[in-house]
This record gives sequence, structure tokens and C-alpha cells, in this order.
Amino acid sequence: MDSGTSPINSVPRRTPLNAVHRRLKAKMVNFGGWDMPVEYPSSGGLVAEHKTVRNGVGLFDVSHMGDIRVRSGKHPGGALAAVQHITMNDVSKLAMGQAHYSAMLYPQGTFVDDVIVHRLGEDDFLLVINAGTREKDINWVRENTKGFDCRVEDLSDAYTQLAIQGPRARDVLCKLTDANLDAVKNYWFTHGTVCGLANTLIARTGYTGEDGFEIYLSSDVATSERVWSEVLEAGKEFGIAPCGLGARNTLRLESKMALYEHEISDKINVWEAGLDRYCKMEKGEFIGRVALEKARIAGLTRTLVGLEMIDRGIARDGYRCLNEAGEAIGVVTSGCPSPTLCKNIALAYVPPSLDAPGTIIAIEIRSQKCRAQVVSTPFYKRPKKVIAQQNRSSQNSK
Amino acid sequence: MAYPNEFRYTKEHEWISAKDDMATIGITDYAQHELGDVVFAELPAAGSKVTAGKTFGTVESVKAVSEIYAPVSGEVVAANPELHNKPETINSDPHGAGWLIKVKLTKPIEVNSLMDAAAYEAYIAEKQKEASA
Repeated sequence: MDSGTSPINSVPRRTPLNAVHRRLKAKMVNFGGWDMPVEYPSSGGLVAEHKTVRNGVGLFDVSHMGDIRVRSGKHPGGALAAVQHITMNDVSKLAMGQAHYSAMLYPQGTFVDDVIVHRLGEDDFLLVINAGTREKDINWVRENTKGFDCRVEDLSDAYTQLAIQGPRARDVLCKLTDANLDAVKNYWFTHGTVCGLANTLIARTGYTGEDGFEIYLSSDVATSERVWSEVLEAGKEFGIAPCGLGARNTLRLESKMALYEHEISDKINVWEAGLDRYCKMEKGEFIGRVALEKARIAGLTRTLVGLEMIDRGIARDGYRCLNEAGEAIGVVTSGCPSPTLCKNIALAYVPPSLDAPGTIIAIEIRSQKCRAQVVSTPFYKRPKKVIAQQNRSSQNSK
Repeated sequence: MAYPNEFRYTKEHEWISAKDDMATIGITDYAQHELGDVVFAELPAAGSKVTAGKTFGTVESVKAVSEIYAPVSGEVVAANPELHNKPETINSDPHGAGWLIKVKLTKPIEVNSLMDAAAYEAYIAEKQKEASA
């Protein structure tokens, strides 16, 4: 591993499951400096993988994600104060065993990265960060927690992280663990034995918009490969398939989950990104707060909207939004054909005056103006009622 | 999938099947595999001119946009009408029903400078070796 150097220009890094992906003949790409599977033709490819996650269950290697542990030093409270300072959500509201979506901000109120904060203990937090921003994030966390009584540890290389995602994820993981998964609510976590590995962190989190779990294993190759195979074996009866970053992207986009350097970046602030509900101004001081206070008074100049293409064509990242006169008024941050909705969808920054659903906006696609309309987001929301479904099926069987 | 002997191939993974001054152009099995699920093809209308080495259309998969280069110069006689509603034909039958355009060649001799099947197969074998290194 060559941690500490800029990942983009060096040899791509490999997760402990790299050999498995290659044996499965996955299509590999360089993603943020990592050699990762984008899709598995053996699973049927991107669209099949996407549908597997929406309708059944899929397995993702997400070991490229980074992990930062922040623990109190000599005195209790140091870690809490540090994480409050460097993230925008209110960590004091987290119970032990609970996690939340948050972000680390620059003083300008723009994004260092988005992050899932897990409260492992009263004085013990785990921050799960993006792969492409690992070095930047860890340096930034170290730099900005110096004044606090806490210890910062980079555990990124210590974990293999697997995401088991989809409505049948629970059924698969149940077979492999002694943990009571039904007691773990969305965005909570527990520790249990998984595939014989004691004290494994099991979180009900994900980046797909479906129910699902993320588990954190020791990163040695033998253990990682064994657990990968056991999950696939246990999932066979539910039609499990390995899924790559391609499906991960279309799944997160349908659910309007942000991707760094697309919907969020060091040039976009929290209000523009529409992440207000994860930013707790009332909690007190945190990095970025002062600028966000000012930005709120100044008002928005652009806002993130969901678009559905009316004309033929797919809006892609970086394409321009145009007004009637052909002037650029905004930019697309992500776009793809939605495998679930069978429509071409996109996210874009546009002036707030254009954010009402039904508004028609033109997208410049290869020098042509293609019409799109603003729609409410998320594009896809998972059906809520697992319990209702169970009731229905038990009624049917009477 | 076998690469037909009667076709010629480009480094950008197009194929061309020429007879006298008429030719059919498509993308290779290797190209469709690299792209993944094709969802959209944008092709020139009949009567348009294409120029050797210049793009004449795009094929999009869920994850990427790929420009298609003309192996030779000529005038478009037809764009495959089936692809409008069934772009996935490019995945299922890239060397047959998934053809992109038919062209009347300006200089039929241009075809001779392209790779034959054996040369193309060696070329993609090298690519695959690089990818798995």
C-alpha cells in the first residue's frame, strides 16, 4: 500500500478482495485511485445488478471506503467535543449504537467530505469516509482536532467492508450471525459474530436506498475471501449477486444520495446541496457554521434539483443547463438511465427560481438542446412495509 | 464471440463489412462488452457525410457515453432503424443485427488499410493482458 501519496497518479490500490473480483472476471476501473469492479458480467451486468438490489439482495465490496476512529484522551468528553467541532450534524444526539449522516465542512461552509458517524461508545466514534478523499480527510481531521483531548486513528486499511443490500439482505445476514438483526433499526448498529468472527461491527446502513447492512471485517485476504464466499453461498436461495460500482452509482442516484465531486464539493455549500436537515446550526460552534449563517441570510444563488428527460438523450455529469436564449444557467452533477423507473434522470444545480416540479429546463447534449422537467426527489423511495407484506402473505395462506 | 474474417477493424473497435463501394459499419463484440448495457444510439441520418477517423455518432450505456469513429469516408445510406427501440441489439448481436450505419464509400481502397480479424484479435488480446496486469 502506498498510503500518504496522491492516489490518482500512482498505481491503483487494491482491496483485499481484488483477486476475487478478477477471478469473477469483473470489469475493473480506476475509481478515486482504487482498482474496483464496475460491473460483473457474470451477474448479468450493471442493470441486472441494480435490479437484484431493488428486488432481492446484492453484495458489494466497499473496502475502499476510509475509516477514522476518534476516541477521548485522558478525560471523558474530548472525542464528543472534537467530532462536534469537525462535523455538521449534532453528535450529542447519538446514542451508543447509533449512526447518522453528516459532513465535514471547510470554514466557507463547503464540503471536505460527507461522512457516516457511528457512536461506538460514550467517548468513541467511527467516521466512515469516501475512498477518493481518504488522505485529505485524515489529514484534515488530525489538523482540526489538535486542540481537543482526543486520539485520531486511521483504520482505513484495517477493515474489509462489505455491503449487503436489498429487501432480502436481512434474510441473508440472519443465516450468518448470532446478532438479533431485527433489533437493529435503520442507521443503528450492533456487534455480533459473523461467519465465526466475534465482535464484528454490523451497521444497518448503505448507499443504495434499500434496506441493508454494512459489515466491517479484518482486512486479511483469507478472512475477507472466506466471508465474501459465505455471504454469496447464504444468499443463493435469495438470488444474491456480486454488484459493482456501476450499480452502486445508479442506485444512489435514484435515491438522490450525494456523491463527492458531483453533488457536493469544496465549491458547494450545505444549503445549495439541500442537506439542511443534517446540519444542526442550533448545536453550537462547528467549522463552517459562521459562513453558513451568512450564506443563509444572503440567500441561495443555485439549488440542487431532480430532472427527468422529456426529449431523447441522457444528461451526464458536466452537461450545461440552458435557458431559452441558449445561455448557461446551471450544470448537471450526475445523470443516468434509471433502471427502476425506465426514464433518464439527472441531478443539476439551477437557479432557485427554477426549482418547482414541472419547470422545463433545456440540457445541452452534444450541441443539441434537449428538454427536461424538474421533478420531486428522491426519484425512487423504497416501499416501507416489510411487516405489511408479511401480514398479507400470512393472510393469503389462510 | 468470433470476429468475422470478411470484416475489417479499427483500433477504436469499429468493424466494417465492405462490398464494392457499399459498406456496413458497427462496433465490435469487444466494444459492446466494454460498454455494458447499451441504452441509446445516436446516428446520422441518410445523406450525411462521414469522414475516416472522425466521429459520426454515439452509443451510450448506462454508465458511459462512447463516440463512434468512421473507419472510412462516405455518405450514409441508412442508419439502423431497429436501434431506436432496441438499442440492446448492439449487445446481443454486435456483428449482425446490431449494425449502426450503411455507407456508400468515397474511396473503397481505404478499407484495405484497416486490421483484418487476426490482427484485431491480437490487438484486443494485448488490451486484455494490460487490463489484467
